Amino acid sequence: MERPESELITAVLKGDTASFEPLVAKYSPRVFATARRYARRESEIEDIVQEVWLKAFDKLKTFRGEAPFEHWLMRMAVRTCYDFLRGHQRNRESSFSEISDPEEDWLERFVADPGNAAEDADAAKLLIGRVLEKLSPSARLVIQLLEIEDRSVKEIAKLTGWSVPLVKVRAFRARSEMRKILARMTSDKYL
Amino acid sequence: MERFMNLSELQKKLIAAARLNPPSDQVPYAFEKRILALIAARATTDRWAFWTRGLWRAAVACVAVAVVSGAVSLLAPADNGDDLSQDFENTLLASVDQADNSSMP
Repeated sequence: MERPESELITAVLKGDTASFEPLVAKYSPRVFATARRYARRESEIEDIVQEVWLKAFDKLKTFRGEAPFEHWLMRMAVRTCYDFLRGHQRNRESSFSEISDPEEDWLERFVADPGNAAEDADAAKLLIGRVLEKLSPSARLVIQLLEIEDRSVKEIAKLTGWSVPLVKVRAFRARSEMRKILARMTSDKYL
Repeated sequence: MERFMNLSELQKKLIAAARLNPPSDQVPYAFEKRILALIAARATTDRWAFWTRGLWRAAVACVAVAVVSGAVSLLAPADNGDDLSQDFENTLLASVDQADNSSMP
């Protein structure tokens, strides 16, 4: 029978490190999915997830059990991903000249008839990946959480540790930053 | 061409594309074992680090005391009257001397 989370956490805090294993096994899929939203290379993703779990182990005594363990862990995961983005900003200044033929075709189709460019196309997926990589870390985090994951401003404030007004300001800036990147991408290709 | 490109529509389309493609939640094989092994290895390293840090601090303090003692003995006047070791011995044996003197008739 599966031991309840609270029991596992208490055991870990008393020094039984092995009780941490079921928690890692249970929540790693969610942490991996989160990390894959911000990093591309599998080695980087594993590093992020590893860091999340080591931090979780170190800070477990600060978990008060008022909110579910999963929420506490996901806050840590999002903040670790944000730190990762801040530490890996070097590729943001590159141009869009490396856009592949399928992506270019997708854009051509979109220009000809926006309704004709399918959202589920692989080219669209690649394009949004490129655009997200060009965003600043805070803009990327906000676009990811607010627009793609459809989370509320309050939720984002809890996850990131930012205040609600700060999330709103950053969301406004992020949208305009994204529009500028799209403008640059399309002007690079079409002007 | 930009005037033909509806940027907000493009933004919506690309966001929709991202929503349609959630990332995989696959976990590498035995990942939890790796985390546990890391925690265990770190605990051992931490214990050694604790002792190493303590010993280094003690070594630094000992060297500092040795340097100060050396400096004092070098800078002190060569002949300052009474010998320090003699003074120390007199102080240490003062009670014995006193006892001897009082037992004398």
